[in-house]
Amino acid sequence: MYQAIVFLPLVGFLVAGIFGRFIGARPSEIVTTALLVVSAALSWVAFFDVAMGEGPDVFRVQVATWMVSGGLAVDWAFRIDTLTVVMLVVVNTVSALVHLYSIGYMHEDPSRPRFFAYLSLFTFAMLMLVTSDNLVQMFFGWEGVGLASYLLIGFWYQKPSANAAAIKAFVVNRVGDFGFALGIFAVFFLFGSVQFEEIFAQIPAYAEGGEGPVLLGLSNVGALELAALLLFMGAMGKSAQFLLHTWLPDAMEGPTPVSALIHAATMVTAGVFLVARMSPLYEFTPTALTVVTYIGALTAFFAATVGLVQNDIKRVIAYSTCSQLGYMFVALGVGAYGVGIFHLFTHAFFKALLFLGAGSVIHALHHEQDLRNMGGLRRHIPFTAAMMAIGTLALTGFPFTAGYYSKDAVIEAAYASPTTAGDVAFVATVIAALFTSFYSWRLFFMAFTGAPRWAGHGDAVHASGGHDDHEGVAHGAHDQDLEPATAAPHEHHGHAHQPHESPLVMTIPLGILAVGALAAGFLFKESFVGHDWSHFWEGAIYTREGNTIMEDFHYVPAWVVWSPFVAMVIGFALAFWMYVRDKAVPARLAARHPVIYRFLLNKWYIDELYDLIFVRPAKRLGRFLWRTGDGKIIDGLGPDGVSARVLDATSWVVRLQTGYVYHYAFVMMIGVAALVTWYLVTGAR
Amino acid sequence: MFGFGILFGLLVLPLVGAAFILVQRGEDEATIGNVRWAALATTIVTFLLALVAWARFDTGVPGFQLVETHAWISPEIAFKLGVDGFSMPFVLLTAFLMPFCILASWETITTRVKEYMVAFLVLETLMIGVFVALDLFLFYIFFEAVLIPMFLIIGIWGGKRRIYASFKFFLYTLLGSVLMLIAMIAMYWTAGTSDIERLLAFGFDPSLQWWLWLAFFASFAVKMPMWPVHTWLPDAHVEAPTAGSVILAGILLKMGGYGFVRFSLPMFPDASVEFAPLVFTLSVIAIIYTSLVALMQEDMKKLIAYSSVAHMGFVTMGLFTMTPQGIEGAMFQMVSHGLISGALFLCVGVIYDRMHTREISAFGGLTSRMPLYAIVFLTLTMANVGLPGTSGFVGEFLTMLGAFQANFWVAFFAAFGVILSAAYALWLYWRVMNGPLEKPALAVLPDLTRREIVMLAPLVLLVIYYGVQPQPILDAFAAPTEAVLRAAAPALEGAATALAGAQ
Repeated sequence: MYQAIVFLPLVGFLVAGIFGRFIGARPSEIVTTALLVVSAALSWVAFFDVAMGEGPDVFRVQVATWMVSGGLAVDWAFRIDTLTVVMLVVVNTVSALVHLYSIGYMHEDPSRPRFFAYLSLFTFAMLMLVTSDNLVQMFFGWEGVGLASYLLIGFWYQKPSANAAAIKAFVVNRVGDFGFALGIFAVFFLFGSVQFEEIFAQIPAYAEGGEGPVLLGLSNVGALELAALLLFMGAMGKSAQFLLHTWLPDAMEGPTPVSALIHAATMVTAGVFLVARMSPLYEFTPTALTVVTYIGALTAFFAATVGLVQNDIKRVIAYSTCSQLGYMFVALGVGAYGVGIFHLFTHAFFKALLFLGAGSVIHALHHEQDLRNMGGLRRHIPFTAAMMAIGTLALTGFPFTAGYYSKDAVIEAAYASPTTAGDVAFVATVIAALFTSFYSWRLFFMAFTGAPRWAGHGDAVHASGGHDDHEGVAHGAHDQDLEPATAAPHEHHGHAHQPHESPLVMTIPLGILAVGALAAGFLFKESFVGHDWSHFWEGAIYTREGNTIMEDFHYVPAWVVWSPFVAMVIGFALAFWMYVRDKAVPARLAARHPVIYRFLLNKWYIDELYDLIFVRPAKRLGRFLWRTGDGKIIDGLGPDGVSARVLDATSWVVRLQTGYVYHYAFVMMIGVAALVTWYLVTGAR
Repeated sequence: MFGFGILFGLLVLPLVGAAFILVQRGEDEATIGNVRWAALATTIVTFLLALVAWARFDTGVPGFQLVETHAWISPEIAFKLGVDGFSMPFVLLTAFLMPFCILASWETITTRVKEYMVAFLVLETLMIGVFVALDLFLFYIFFEAVLIPMFLIIGIWGGKRRIYASFKFFLYTLLGSVLMLIAMIAMYWTAGTSDIERLLAFGFDPSLQWWLWLAFFASFAVKMPMWPVHTWLPDAHVEAPTAGSVILAGILLKMGGYGFVRFSLPMFPDASVEFAPLVFTLSVIAIIYTSLVALMQEDMKKLIAYSSVAHMGFVTMGLFTMTPQGIEGAMFQMVSHGLISGALFLCVGVIYDRMHTREISAFGGLTSRMPLYAIVFLTLTMANVGLPGTSGFVGEFLTMLGAFQANFWVAFFAAFGVILSAAYALWLYWRVMNGPLEKPALAVLPDLTRREIVMLAPLVLLVIYYGVQPQPILDAFAAPTEAVLRAAAPALEGAATALAGAQ
């Protein structure tokens, strides 16, 4: 069954990828989607069997051998435990819904087989990642999702901005992978294995000062800390944590279903998964956990501040994702792995819902993404509006929605942690909760309430945006032929600019995700983070003796429990005041604090900074090494220099021999004179 | 038959084909066609014969197999052939790549076709000879003679600056080999034999090892090429015809690495351990330096050439880690790079044939016109980047894993290559394949022809196959690697004790 779960998407990829051009778009869509639905259904079976039911807790499924070299043995194999099946459910459910949704969303795109092939490829790689039983196969999945992400961000390959974003995503992720790879090497160096079971078994003894190799002269714990930090660097790249987050907002260049699947629900949570998977390691590395907490808290705060002022609907949600990932890391950092994964689980539903909802909005407005050009959409696309409202409620943690259970649990866990980092994280996450509520409702109000601002704006955007098949086709005048919204919503070229509700293939996934966003927290909180959590997580997550946070966070003071709720209400009230009541306020505020506004609008200038200190110097250095290093120095002193000297010498000799007759004659005369002189001096005595 | 073994057959077969081509008379289309088909048939039969040799080869055994000895110069200096786990995969790789080279030259080479095919077939004999020679001087002859046909291929069928490139190539590689010859004579005097099998067991005096190692290093480092003697490679690649580039990147670059593993590591273990830091330094510089240079290239072939130097940096780094993963990874990296870079040069050849330029800026947006080509090129780009699931990953991963065991900082700096390779390779792909198709000349380009598909598909499939199942090749390397490490064990222990004593 597990082979089927993992390999069905691969089959879908191969069918759509290889035969897509022959069988056409519709069969490709149907095949990939159907396979994913099967895979998703099987995942739920596995979930209820392994996590909820009485099936075995941890077991291994061997598929094949990958490589054996000296003491290194890497298998293609699955490790099935609660953590795996939770991820299986998340990945396959969202992926199946996104496949379905894309049938509607991508309807007009000429290269749909390619799109669905990529989606399935991504799913396969992600499944390899979460089911892996060793670090190297995980790395395979890790880079595989990176590849799929690259391909999907750059799906509209004719658009320069999409290409730039795709490369940026891949390269920044590679920076993280740099750490991940070194982390794998470190683990192998310390434990002589890359297989989880074998590593985990050795860690406690080694951490407590047992015999083992010495890494860089560090103590045993120090070596573990280094390995943990290196692995976390990989997690930071994939999960877009502060300093390595820059690729995520740009990744919104990809089609919206991709953003929902990859850049919200699944791939970006791989870093969270990695840390949770390695909990037996992180439990012995307090410093690394502190770093995780701080980075998480900083990201949660940073991304929320930037989200406050963005105007692109997808970018707002992207920063929100970034911020929520920070929450997950905070939970992991304070040792509450179950809470982190719980937030990952619920977040997948409501964030995918928000993205797909945003996609529905964009679809309705014919690829308009600027919030400033929306407004009043509630009346035109009421279903989408309702879905977005549910997503927003869940994200902001409205009582009894999914986010309420998981996000508040994160905040409470941060408070319950005895460390300073936990306290800092608590403050940061509560403030971020206020911001989250503000920007989420700001988005909602700007898009769905007030007066419509979309008439007459589309053309400008199309002119400045990409010129690809999908977006760049010029639309007719917006004011004419206002057909009823229900008429042929997909033949969009040149008519029907009244916003229209999306077709059923798109609204059904929204509905299912909305159910998840409302109920996932309520249904599963007892299992994931309740008092009986250890029964649920058995064997998948390791906590050291003394780590009681999973129990402690249930007993925090009442004001702590209420604080995120208060933050949410304040955020809502502010957004309501500024974007519904008195719409002049935002502009006034921006005018009064231009520095802060620009700082936030430009995302803390981190992209500019990186361009200045990494990208340009690398190019300059490359050119310098090429022209001067290779050209002038190596070649100049080496072959060219030698041959030039040889040429100099020969030309000198040549000149001496056959050059100017005068010189020749002159030299000859000097010779004769010298000879005569010598003869006279020696002979004439 | 006739007392000659299968390896001798591998050496003679291409020569038979060459002789057949030489006796063809006339310059008309039919004759030229015959010449092409004859060359293709010869290389294919040679490959099949190499497969037979592979089938008879037992990977579990560390020593030399299929050994045959024929009388030659003197009783001590014999014509001895044989293969072990290190050389067998390279014999296969050579025989495997040759048909692709002939195919790649099918339509592009129109002048002196006969001579061209003869040069390639002679080159094949010589290259196989390098890998199967079991006598020091026999090896030397093959090793140096390889230069001659390659020199001619670049010099006659090359691009505009072919004379400069071919002389640079010749000078560089020749200088190194003079020193190697002197070292070989010294070895012969000392050990009284030039039989590689016996030399491997001889055990040279550590002080002599020092000099011998340096002399061999001078030759192999140029062939690799290692930084800073790499500058002949980009020029040679740029000027060479496509098939020449394939052979250059696919096989000739591997001779240096093969030399290290055949001579330097097992015969001079003490010196190898002593000089390992030097090799590490040069390798790491090569990886970072040439990756940065590759980033800024404007010529596709030059970019790939520089990336080859970076990849060879992983090889030298891995070899001298003296760990099983490092050595096996390095050997694997060489095989894998032979496939990947060979295929990448074929890819460049495909669009060069259409546009007659390799300037990156002359292209852009090809994906819309050439979707099949886009798939092939993307797969190979990703393999070049070392994406897991392609053969490029296995080599890089194992060498870095080995380097980490030897020295943390070596692995640390080498890992920067992982980031930089992604940058230059994807940027290249972007500039050539993606973006809008604006240039009118590109708007009429046809996608891959059937000949090109036949040429590229096997390589792409193998790159993926060996990425998922590298074991057949790794297994071949396992036994001889173990032998090398056993021979080097005392030297390594000595170094470790010295280090411990110093601390």
